[in-house]
Amino acid sequence: MTDGGFAPGTRVRTSHHDPVHHTRLPRYARGKHGVVVESEGSHPLADIRSQGRADFPVEQVYAVRFAARDLWGEGDHHVVLDLWESYLEEEESQ
Amino acid sequence: MSGDHSDALISRRVRRLETLLEERGIVGGATLDEAIDAFLSGASPANGAHVVARAWTDPDFRTRLLADANAAVAELGYASGGVQPQRLRVVENTDRVHNVIVCTLCSCYPLGLLGPSPGWYKSEAYRSRVVREPRAVLEEFGLTLPADTGITVWDSTSESRYMVLPRRPAGTDGLDEKALAALVTRNALIGTAAV
Repeated sequence: MTDGGFAPGTRVRTSHHDPVHHTRLPRYARGKHGVVVESEGSHPLADIRSQGRADFPVEQVYAVRFAARDLWGEGDHHVVLDLWESYLEEEESQ
Repeated sequence: MSGDHSDALISRRVRRLETLLEERGIVGGATLDEAIDAFLSGASPANGAHVVARAWTDPDFRTRLLADANAAVAELGYASGGVQPQRLRVVENTDRVHNVIVCTLCSCYPLGLLGPSPGWYKSEAYRSRVVREPRAVLEEFGLTLPADTGITVWDSTSESRYMVLPRRPAGTDGLDEKALAALVTRNALIGTAAV
């Protein structure tokens, strides 16, 4: 993955995927709509590195902000998660 | 909400693991103690409190802290802590937004600035509830926020570690950096208390 894949403000959706291995995309934030806050630099993808594999990709990680209503169906707060680029898909502009 | 966690299930599991490692000659107890001492060396919430007090008294430092926290805390001789390089991000409380930190997957936080994490920070109850109903959780910590203050919860799921910059309390204009730092608790650096 290259630098600067998603600019701040980009609307993204997280993956629905429920992998059998370790992942850092918590279940409560799967398949959810969020907005990129900022890039946090590049880091080895924990999903692969945690398996002891040497061929882990290094990806951009983004702070992504979610409205509580989109995560839980209620609430007026926001939750920010730190997510690797391959967890994210850019939303089609509407 | 005590900081003591010697009886927690995780502590028992870690002690069992230590015993097994020693029994099988994989590591000696002394080696383990040295590694733990090195890991925790200098880790204290007094460090985070010092950083906060500096940010309250030095606006240029505050600006640098919010822009690049790793570089700013290094000016005071501190690091985020941890076994691998971490990006430190300081999030500032204002009259509009209150911040609180959590690690829903385990118990990550900037150990070097906050000291060893309290038992409740690692508890499933805190981790699962603060992302879902933070206002109610903060109430249980004795922190009642005005209804129009928004809440942002920072879930440390990657290599960034978060620290809260609390609001400076009113009536503290005459206090110096040291006196201000003495007001800042570990819970205030996590966001489960105000100052």
